[in-house]
Amino acid sequence: MALPSARELFSKISHRMPKREWMDIPVEIKPGRYCYPANPKSLEYVGMPYARQWSPLDEDWKLPENWMEIIRTGMRDRLDRFRTFKIFMDICVRCGACADKCHFFIGTGDPKNMPVLRAELLRSIYRGEFTTAGKILGRFAGARKLTEEVIKEWWYYFYQCTECRRCSLFCPYGIDQAELTIIGRELTNLLGLNTDWIATPVANCYRTGNHLGIQPHAFKEMIEFFCDDIEEVTGIRPEPQFNKKGADILFITPSGDVFADPGTYTCMGYLMLFHYLKEEYGLDVTWSTYASEGGNFGFFTSHEMMKRLNAKMYMEAKRLGVKWILGGECGHMWRVIHQYMDTMNGPADFLEEPVNPITGTKFENAKSTKMVHITEFTADLIKHGKLKLDKSRNDNIILTYHDSCNPSRGMGLLEEPRYIIKHVCNHFYEMPENTIREQTFCCGSGAGLNAGEIEELRFLGGLPRANAVKHVHDKFGVNMLACICAIDRAVFPPLMDYWVPGVDVTGIHELVGNALILPGEKERETNLRGEPLPGKEG
Amino acid sequence: MKATYSLFLVFGLVLVALIGVGGLGLHYLFGVIIPYVAVLCFILGFICKVLNWGRSPVPFRIPTTAGQQFSLPWIKQNKIDNPSTMWGVVLRMFFEIFTFRSLFRNTKVELYDGPKLAYASAKWLWLFALMFHYAFLVIFIRHMRFFTEPVPSIFQFIDKVDGVLQVGAPHIYITEIIILVGLAFLLLRRILDPKIRYISLPADYFPLFLILGIVVSGILMRFFVKTDVVGIKQITMGLVMLKPVLPKSVGTIFYVHLFLVSVLLIYFPFSKLMHMGGVFLSPTRNMINNNRMKRHVNPWNYPVKVHTYEAYEDEFREKMVEAGLPVDKPLEQSPAENKE
Ligand code: SF4
Ligand code: SF4
Repeated sequence: MALPSARELFSKISHRMPKREWMDIPVEIKPGRYCYPANPKSLEYVGMPYARQWSPLDEDWKLPENWMEIIRTGMRDRLDRFRTFKIFMDICVRCGACADKCHFFIGTGDPKNMPVLRAELLRSIYRGEFTTAGKILGRFAGARKLTEEVIKEWWYYFYQCTECRRCSLFCPYGIDQAELTIIGRELTNLLGLNTDWIATPVANCYRTGNHLGIQPHAFKEMIEFFCDDIEEVTGIRPEPQFNKKGADILFITPSGDVFADPGTYTCMGYLMLFHYLKEEYGLDVTWSTYASEGGNFGFFTSHEMMKRLNAKMYMEAKRLGVKWILGGECGHMWRVIHQYMDTMNGPADFLEEPVNPITGTKFENAKSTKMVHITEFTADLIKHGKLKLDKSRNDNIILTYHDSCNPSRGMGLLEEPRYIIKHVCNHFYEMPENTIREQTFCCGSGAGLNAGEIEELRFLGGLPRANAVKHVHDKFGVNMLACICAIDRAVFPPLMDYWVPGVDVTGIHELVGNALILPGEKERETNLRGEPLPGKEG
Repeated sequence: MKATYSLFLVFGLVLVALIGVGGLGLHYLFGVIIPYVAVLCFILGFICKVLNWGRSPVPFRIPTTAGQQFSLPWIKQNKIDNPSTMWGVVLRMFFEIFTFRSLFRNTKVELYDGPKLAYASAKWLWLFALMFHYAFLVIFIRHMRFFTEPVPSIFQFIDKVDGVLQVGAPHIYITEIIILVGLAFLLLRRILDPKIRYISLPADYFPLFLILGIVVSGILMRFFVKTDVVGIKQITMGLVMLKPVLPKSVGTIFYVHLFLVSVLLIYFPFSKLMHMGGVFLSPTRNMINNNRMKRHVNPWNYPVKVHTYEAYEDEFREKMVEAGLPVDKPLEQSPAENKE
């Protein structure tokens, strides 16, 4: 499906509310707004229920016969297990503070994409099924009946939420639609309703360790290709180690960095950094082919699936006997590590409290989970003057920085990447204040929404972010967007091409790799992308 | 429509009290029984609701972080918006509850041709919501002089301050004006802003009209349909001392006021008004962001099926050996069929 021009698409956005009330508007499943259903094989591989062929456009979704019972029990069970669920069902006052904070509402104007209504889709059933007032007063109390239509609506709108938590930031009670989307998706999964862009990566991660299903030998080969490229640019060939028992540090990054441009250049950045640290300070880092995915597609499915996939990190760290774990640039991966991993799969008592062996810095903030973010690690190295950097090599770049949702609102990692940026790059401009740091806008494709078939939805959801980039592009000539997330790196290039042509995308460690002066390197002519360095254009 | 329903519902309630007391003379029902039931309902309902929330655990520590985390010693942490200690959380909750900090962030998105998006500051909701809640609080506190004898000086003091304008006879309270302005804003915003109207339920208009009814009946009682204040105090003290008395000198308007308050109390625990209790318990706000420092325990954490390294190596051993990757079991012993 060809997309209309950016201008045309934008002009069609309307924030006018429909005449009919939302409860009276039946869900209309529009092509371009929904992801394809899961391949039954993928669901079966990980033992998810009711795997089957079905189509969202059909009238009959082939729900299991007792689907109502499943949903009722599923909701009751989750109300008993999550205080968030109960409280968020009960206390929303519909003040509307969250309404225009969601990038999907801003981009699509669909009222059910207002976080408050997305929650009401669930809340109206909660009232009807679980509260006395709702049972007696019905619609007057905001309740409605559980029907197949409702399930369709849930599926449609819970997969138009990227779990970015921007709504939660503005809500006076911290009501977090991301949490409700996670629970809502769990419910649809009980009926075998999922999307293939989530289910198949889940199955792949489970089997091979990474979402693309790259097998161990191929994973190693790909990284070796990068080493070839690095050698070409710098004359130095890193020698990464794999599955090495007794290494000091296990490094885990999203597999997107190993597979897709421009993430691959960030991956080269990691390789160069580790090589540098090994040569200069004897740092012993290993990669793992078994735990070769930092990202966690289970997080987009259910809490249980998240735990099953995440388990590999600690299991591998234990098997290899490393001291602690270092994690690459990724968004939701870090939400899982920061807010869930230790609780789900810890305690990590077989690891040591992380200390940077080069600077002696104790990573106090990671002493229990024992996993450190690579920007924390690199910022610490730079602060202690342990890296030789030539930032003029990045002088062709006029940079701005996108805070990924999860590290911002589920962690608070804001300054570390900026500190690195300022030491590897001379031209850096922030986007407007309402669009960065904790208020950052989602790329529009997180939480398993990076599917090709919903490009239009993603471009509309990515509009607020792209528009902020456009602002600095027009004002300061920004030509590069930096981020610390593999999904960002995959989705931003087309998003930028669409809304702000002329802006490229990079990871932080690509910038580091370019600026880093490796011991004994030759005079570089190009950057990692093979483009001439400033002053070498001739 | 939803607004009109709610408005008529409140009219209906007023009518019930007028007929019940003025027409049928059910003073005891409206002056004693219903208020007692209401208070009981409120207290028990509130406690039950909070206990019910408390019964569900918080399996994961998921604060919404709104500032720089605690990390390297030379990076300045935002200790309130991203607290890493209990004190930080106390401060965060304090500002959340007493200054509506999150609402203060509010912005309004605007679309311009360009294409261009802009985010205008939108602090009105914050301002009027704050005005409304504080006025309500002060009015509540100054009503305590009806339920205490002798009246503690703090209540007298608040009463004095509130009446400091010294305009009119009796003096107009500042909070009377503020709460009316606040209510008017909240109502008009709900009715006039298309988005807010669209998301509103009857349950959103009803409490606004109910509280408006309470305020208006209170004002009427003081300025227009004057009634015996000494008699009212006898009633309220009687209720407090559990020795109800109902002096005849107190007019029906008082019973209307009392009835609406009773309805509010009964309605409270079953409605969104419980945000008053919920805001304290919201896990995204009241948790410490020390996730990687201190392990949070999930009481229902259960073992799950995982794909072990052994199963992985069994599947890929040959390819791994060929690629020069280390393996745990050498190739010869590998059980060829042992796939998961
Ligand atoms: S900001 Fe919070 S309370 Fe207000 S409508 Fe949104 S979810 Fe409800
Ligand atoms: S979490 Fe993000 S995508 Fe989901 S409703 Fe909230 S703002 Fe929208």
